Amino acid sequence: MNRLLLTTLTLFMGGVQAAPIAMEDQSQLKVAPASTPASFKPPAESELPDNAFGKMVRDGYALFVDTKRLAPEYVGNGLNCSNCHLDQGRLAHSAPLWGAYPMYPAYRKKNDKVNTFAERIQGCFQFSMNGKPPAADSPEMTALSVYAYWLASKAPIGVETPGRGYPEVDKPAQGYDIKRGAQVYQQQCAICHGDSGQGQKVAKDYVMPPLWGKDSYNWGAGMHRINTAASFIKHNMPLGKPGTLTDQQAWDVAAFINAHERPQDPRLVEGSVEKTRLKFHANDGVNLYGQKVDGVLIGQGTGG
Amino acid sequence: MIPLDRILIGSLLLLSMQAATAADGQKIFTQGGENPSAMACMSCHGPDGLGMAAAGFPRLAGLPAAYVSKQLKDFRDGSRKQPIMEPLAKALSDAEISAISATLAAMPVPPTPDTRRQQMATDPVESLALYGDWSRGIPGCVQCHGPGGVGVGEHFPPLAHQPASYLAGQLDAWRDGRRSNDPNQLMVGVAKALTDTEVKALAEYFATRASQEAAK
Repeated sequence: MNRLLLTTLTLFMGGVQAAPIAMEDQSQLKVAPASTPASFKPPAESELPDNAFGKMVRDGYALFVDTKRLAPEYVGNGLNCSNCHLDQGRLAHSAPLWGAYPMYPAYRKKNDKVNTFAERIQGCFQFSMNGKPPAADSPEMTALSVYAYWLASKAPIGVETPGRGYPEVDKPAQGYDIKRGAQVYQQQCAICHGDSGQGQKVAKDYVMPPLWGKDSYNWGAGMHRINTAASFIKHNMPLGKPGTLTDQQAWDVAAFINAHERPQDPRLVEGSVEKTRLKFHANDGVNLYGQKVDGVLIGQGTGG
Repeated sequence: MIPLDRILIGSLLLLSMQAATAADGQKIFTQGGENPSAMACMSCHGPDGLGMAAAGFPRLAGLPAAYVSKQLKDFRDGSRKQPIMEPLAKALSDAEISAISATLAAMPVPPTPDTRRQQMATDPVESLALYGDWSRGIPGCVQCHGPGGVGVGEHFPPLAHQPASYLAGQLDAWRDGRRSNDPNQLMVGVAKALTDTEVKALAEYFATRASQEAAK
């Protein structure tokens, strides 16, 4: 009996063991300020050819907007790609796919590695989706890459197209304040994302994404950086009212959101938050991983 | 010695308080509230609470209780304007509002089409409903109102199974400032960005899709 249990346990552990992380370095690339107007126009759906390529683009598109339902084996939380890349990956200053695709393969000095676009998407699955990455040659990866390629049609390669990423919002002179952020959250965000960041569902699917807790992005995702979340929020939130928060409000609320627990960083070093902080978080923008807030260690993970 | 009339008034007060706490939502729906000015909901909103499309009276069945309570209180204090509903809501007590809201929320609703966003829309109206038009800052209707316009939580009411005339009427009311009781002013900006044609087409889209689903 004991042996049976052990075997089952080993099998189980094998099942949940993290896949190798192809894009270990998730630190951010520099993004042009929002003052540079975004003029790039991705192609319209009506321009899609009615052939195998067009079908592949549509497949990638479907995965992009309904990721959790269509690819549950790769998504460990409640999110879809389109939660952080608004307007189906088309919107400028919302990390549009047309801005990302032409920037890969990318060399990263920190780990002296070249990462492909497929590896970048694998990173999204492992961190932002807290899941398992589809293989580089899987149908899902092909479809997502083809969709991104199509959106980037006629964009210059290896050049930062204005509108790419989430343009940095400078850290306010007086820094950020988590308690003020809590007020901004309750006034501006809770109506959609819930009083405790839990998001809102219809039946079993999220319509409004959870911002912390077990169904949200993990501690390795780019969005866990306060500066990145502040940029995303400033340019995109509240939905339909972008740019209405001040820089200070965006930073405060980003800090409030990212002071909450979420799934552990899958790169966890020897089970130690401190070692993980030193290796991956200490030089990665502004973040609270491995730090104490009101005497509580942040980054312990939700265990789920 | 306590005068008799005071005792009487006291008991009357007690009685009315009991009546208030025991407000019967079903009775308010079919017969009206304690105050005769609070007419029965069903006389305009239909015996099934699904509204009367011809007159533009909205569906109430299955609306979230907190949403209905807020609307009734807004009618009462004038922050939502509507000549029929304002006096009617003023005639309802808080307890009656809670009771009728709970009753309405529990009433059955026909199924809503499970329209997903995963199909690229070819039709411009469906495209607006599902994805919006971000060049004008318009999110897709279903991004807040849920798949097929089924409604999400207490702040984002269902669009499905609402008469097209009601939906268009509300969008127009937001556009010209007659309605402004949306939390965080989330709806007013979206409505103002829409054109007349789009308002009509979107209202038809949600009303028609849902009635087709119910007829299946």
